[in-house]
Amino acid sequence: MKRRTLLASGASAATLAMLGMPARAQDKLKVGFVYVGPIGDGGWTFQHDQGRLDVVEAFGDQVETIYQESVPEGADAVRVLQQMALQGCKLIFTTSFGYMDATIEAAAQFPDVKFEHATGFKTADNVSVYDARFYEGRAVIGTIAGRMTKSNKIGYIASFPIPEVIQGINSSFMHAKKVNPDVEMVVIWAYTWFDPAKEAEAAKAMIDQGVDVILQHTDSTAPQAAAQEAGNVYTFGQASDMAAFAPKPRLASIIDNWGPYYVKRVGEVLDGTWTSGHSWGGMAEGEVVIGTISDEVPAEVKAEAEAMIAAITDGSYHPFTGPINKQDGSVFLADGEVATDEQLISMNFYVEGMSGDIPS
Amino acid sequence: MDLSAINPVLLIAALIAASTPILLAGIGELVVERAGVLNLGVEGMMITGAICGFIAAHATGSASVGFLGAAVGGAGLALIFAVLSQYLLTNQVPTGLGLTLFGLGLSSLLGQDYAGIKAPTVSKIDVPLLSDIPVLGPILFNQDPIVYLGIGMTVAVWWFLYRSRRGLILRAVGENHEAAHALGYKVRLIRVGAIVFGGACAGLGGSYLSLVRVPIWTDGITAGYGWIALAIVVFAGWRPYRLMLGAYLFGGVTVLQLNLQAANVPIPAEYLSMSPYVATILVLVLMSSGRAPGSLGRAFHAST
Repeated sequence: MKRRTLLASGASAATLAMLGMPARAQDKLKVGFVYVGPIGDGGWTFQHDQGRLDVVEAFGDQVETIYQESVPEGADAVRVLQQMALQGCKLIFTTSFGYMDATIEAAAQFPDVKFEHATGFKTADNVSVYDARFYEGRAVIGTIAGRMTKSNKIGYIASFPIPEVIQGINSSFMHAKKVNPDVEMVVIWAYTWFDPAKEAEAAKAMIDQGVDVILQHTDSTAPQAAAQEAGNVYTFGQASDMAAFAPKPRLASIIDNWGPYYVKRVGEVLDGTWTSGHSWGGMAEGEVVIGTISDEVPAEVKAEAEAMIAAITDGSYHPFTGPINKQDGSVFLADGEVATDEQLISMNFYVEGMSGDIPS
Repeated sequence: MDLSAINPVLLIAALIAASTPILLAGIGELVVERAGVLNLGVEGMMITGAICGFIAAHATGSASVGFLGAAVGGAGLALIFAVLSQYLLTNQVPTGLGLTLFGLGLSSLLGQDYAGIKAPTVSKIDVPLLSDIPVLGPILFNQDPIVYLGIGMTVAVWWFLYRSRRGLILRAVGENHEAAHALGYKVRLIRVGAIVFGGACAGLGGSYLSLVRVPIWTDGITAGYGWIALAIVVFAGWRPYRLMLGAYLFGGVTVLQLNLQAANVPIPAEYLSMSPYVATILVLVLMSSGRAPGSLGRAFHAST
């Protein structure tokens, strides 16, 4: 610290003390982040933490951020939220689906604290929900997967049977099938967001059964490593770019970019315009980004994928556009009909052509 | 449903590999508990081993040095537990829990610069000729060295405990430390040795995850395997071969259920997901008749 700054801050601190005003730190907006995994997971939580760093960069001294990693989903989360609120957080981001009830419970106890819950659907006066349209990204990598598979078996390591994951499975399957009618999709429910060993086992089980393109909805890079060991198997980065595995097996990635939303909402709290709501940004808002498509992908497939990214971004194409039938053959969307957000956030069925059942 | 897609040979080869981390951590803890010490820090020692092994392997480019580093790392953490529980006579349960929490935090700290980097590859031992035998070849003669180490360690521990004089002494210390002390055995020293051995095994098991199974460092890589190893030691009645059976069963059903899901078997995925736990507990309880070592978890001080 330069001497002049030191003197200046000393003087201002003295002034504040004389005026009996709270110390400088109290003027800062304290923002809390609750993470489901470690920030070093290289995936989901890592990206949320990048968003937190964007907030720090955008607002500097005006905010103070705190975070807690690897918070279990469930009753324990309430205590973490209470603790954060008692520490003076005025805005708390809870960054996983499983914190939904805990967030609502804590929000009722601390009406003057604002909560932002990721990927959920319960709101309150001081609880907003936000999500990203990952299914847009899934449409693009589904297309690439359909073009790249030789065995016509695409694997999908799914986490939990919730609408967000089911949208991803349906979106990638439909778009793979569109470019390759013979394609079939093998789904393994891992029942975890993060368990590197289990994710690796799941990937190996698929590879042993002839799957040659693997999509994942879990957060670690373990499936990428398993694919690399196997040789001719392709994967896609999930949540984070996972560029360490490019150009092969990783062909492209869906990157969650939470920064723009976090900066916007923190700004709204600072200037007092924050209101509860439901935000669902996608490629157009810059919240869903497709990472560099590697050179393993032939140029015409790459062009096809880029055209789709452009169409989704400018709004001329919606991945869930009819005709789409449900797995049982009944009509979900008529020809040309576009799915509403309500239909998407309550999605609990596979589309036609998928085999197997969704666990209830 | 397409069961023909599951190749039983690949399945068995996969389950042996998948079980190895649990087997290694379990066999170490079995020796510790047989010496009368309850160390609940297995998860912490495993993950410390995982990161120490990863750092050592990354720095030298050699996986063997990595495994050595993992054993040293795990043993080092275990030594803290040994000093606390054997010399300062702390209660073993909270000390062990503390060790797990400490290990998780320490590994996260050490691993900050290593997230997302790939580990040097560990080549499989491909026994010439033998690995070409149909069925048995891929299962038995084409695995990586640590798998063989795990099996060898189980046999060695069995031999040590039941066929050697030193093993008898170790069991005596675990059964009744006062009597062993009265006979002139150095209870504390034997226990410290057992704890350090347990730490080294747990560290090796952890590094099998970070160097072979996953092979990359991510925070929280052990994801609870240490606790499973602890549970299997108890359910196996503190016997090496049952421990091996339990570990293979757990790893086996884990791999099998993933394969069944991939083959689209019409069993709800929830049941398949819980099956490794249920099957392991069920089989080991049915075989049961294990008895805990008499002095398990009790602090020993020569004056009492």
